[in-house]
Amino acid sequence: MRAALFVTCLVDLFRPSVGFAAVRLLERLGAEVVVPPEQTCCGQPAYNNGDFENARAIARQVIAAFAGYDHVVVPSGSCAGMLVKHYPELFRDEPETLAAAQNLAARTRELSAFLAEHTGDRVADAHFAGKVAMHDSCSARRELGVHAAPRTLLDAVGAERIELKDAEVCCGFGGTFCVKYPDISTRMVSDKAAAVIASGADVLVSGDLGCLMNIAGRLKRMGSPVRIYHLAELLAGMTDAPDIGTGDKT
Amino acid sequence: MKPTSHAFSDNARRALNDATLQQALAKAGVGFVDKRRAALSELPEFDALREAGRAIKDHTLANLDHYLLRFEQQLVTSGGQLHWADTPDEACAAVLDICRKAGARMVAKGKSMVGEEIAVNDALEAAGLEVVETDLGEYIIQVAHEPPSHIIAPAVHKTRAQIARLFEDLHHQPGLTRPLETVPQIVDEARQVLREKFLAADVGITGANFLIAETGSTVIVTNEGNGDLSATLPRVHIVLASIEKVVPNLEDASVLLRLLARSATGQEITSYTTFFTGPRRRADADGPEQFHVVLVDNGRSRMLGGAFHEMLRCIRCGACLNHCPVYSAVGGHAYGWVYPGPMGAVLTPLMVGLDEGRPLPNASTLCGRCEEVCPMSIPLPKLLRELRRQEFARGLHPPRSRWALAAWAFFARRPQLYRWATRLGTRLLNRLSGGRGRFRSLPFAQAWTTARDLPAPQGDTFMAQWQRRKQP
Ligand code: SF4
Repeated sequence: MRAALFVTCLVDLFRPSVGFAAVRLLERLGAEVVVPPEQTCCGQPAYNNGDFENARAIARQVIAAFAGYDHVVVPSGSCAGMLVKHYPELFRDEPETLAAAQNLAARTRELSAFLAEHTGDRVADAHFAGKVAMHDSCSARRELGVHAAPRTLLDAVGAERIELKDAEVCCGFGGTFCVKYPDISTRMVSDKAAAVIASGADVLVSGDLGCLMNIAGRLKRMGSPVRIYHLAELLAGMTDAPDIGTGDKT
Repeated sequence: MKPTSHAFSDNARRALNDATLQQALAKAGVGFVDKRRAALSELPEFDALREAGRAIKDHTLANLDHYLLRFEQQLVTSGGQLHWADTPDEACAAVLDICRKAGARMVAKGKSMVGEEIAVNDALEAAGLEVVETDLGEYIIQVAHEPPSHIIAPAVHKTRAQIARLFEDLHHQPGLTRPLETVPQIVDEARQVLREKFLAADVGITGANFLIAETGSTVIVTNEGNGDLSATLPRVHIVLASIEKVVPNLEDASVLLRLLARSATGQEITSYTTFFTGPRRRADADGPEQFHVVLVDNGRSRMLGGAFHEMLRCIRCGACLNHCPVYSAVGGHAYGWVYPGPMGAVLTPLMVGLDEGRPLPNASTLCGRCEEVCPMSIPLPKLLRELRRQEFARGLHPPRSRWALAAWAFFARRPQLYRWATRLGTRLLNRLSGGRGRFRSLPFAQAWTTARDLPAPQGDTFMAQWQRRKQP
């Protein structure tokens, strides 16, 4: 089995360890992992700011770069949602590209959904003892309907799973929203951080680095000891490394 | 009402710093959400109902001209009169004309969002008429001289203590000054004042939740029964309605009523659901002598068949407001016009113009919770994004964000260059972070770092590290 990894721009730039965790998990399944070099970003910054022309150009680039792979795996619900739901929407009026976009959409999975689909509960030889809260990104939850998969996987590594209060409420990241409307975003992420702290979790995970950077940023500012990882890092047994927002020297 | 949607950011900041408002919002939000959840859990066929509701609206909108004409026919047959109004001004003129001909001095008004949209109160007052809002929430904001902040709970931004104070100041006269501490006491107080007004009013104005083509009837739902009094006691009854309110028949209306009550307040059915068909007939014990319907377009027919067509399915239940994290944080006034929340962020730019309403579609994380709860399955995030597209196409973005986006896209479309530039950037940032893993502040990222630390890049990009791993 060959799986092409869509790294996502945030993982590429800010937290490569998530990419390597994803590779490790996929290889553990026996997959050969390919990372097509022509990828940059899924195009959401352009798309969500109304620049559909650049969004289409970037989408075309992604469609071409990932042509021919049986499986395209994305360690982000948000970017997977872009490929699966929004690329076809972007090419509604271009039949030829639309077919290619739909084809890509059919082959694309968010990482945890892919893992759960292919391993059931035999996900990992990693083991994690600790209280873990799972934050679902809005796109994973609502665009892709990914909700059970990450929980199955967390159970499989033995984590004590905790649900957050108001789990279905957005964390306030929203791509460029968080810098365009910082006051509102701050309020939203403060509510989310408060829910994380109140949950008593030792570790917060999510399938989306955007949400995680936002929530981690707030938790660290508040001085919270909760550690924050991408779900893939926890599943791959990489939680000995510093968590999001912590360096070698902190 | 002069819109202040362009100042959304400032409005929002003020709202976030208003402790009393925050107290009111926190209480209201949770209530609506919990009640709707409970109501839905008792109705397993909600999704089927939702599908049926959507089908009814889609069918009606596809044949809107037919059903509107049919409605007019039936209305006239039952003795009512129809007034078509393209614009808010035309609608107000029609209302004024009816009032003048009736020699009216006082108008009792039930809640009507279309009334807010066309600013009918201002028009009536400018013409020297006294207008009294009879819905408790509307009455509260009328005497407080404020616009509504929610489409079904107009005074939801006020705390009980604020309302009690307002009433004490206003009604301070012998016989009416009693302690106002509990909700029933407040309601009682309003009731006493309003009852006299009902009896004195010459004209009653109400809104309409639905218009029924088959019978020429209009339908309103209220929880206070005030709409019925506004409609039946005065000599003349005027219904303000917009064109998308029409449905083919009573059965269709009942499907939508079930969806509306559950989505809006979590009720199975609203306390009072009233059907009005024509003026008082000879055998009737009461009712108005004249029955008028003012049918307002105000840009809606332009939405038909276009990118915003689906917005016309909206039944004004308010569920999207109640479940919106942005609305819950800043309340309705920040949106700066009549309609707030996700539905308002779509409608406002369409009705007052994109130049004025520009911030609203942007002030959303597109989290999709509104679409998820909307009983009419309106794809609100998609419509917000479409407004952003139009805004971008018209070059309305502030230059700085436009420039940043263009620069980013330039690199994102050139993988080689992107690789090189991002490597440079991430390594630089990593070095700047000094191994602390995050920044407490960064000059160009203050919007982020004012309240949050910014996690620093781990080091080299994934792509560069992957390259090395492949070619050892
Ligand atoms: S958009 Fe949907 S949820 Fe919002 S008010 Fe209209 S019908 Fe209700």
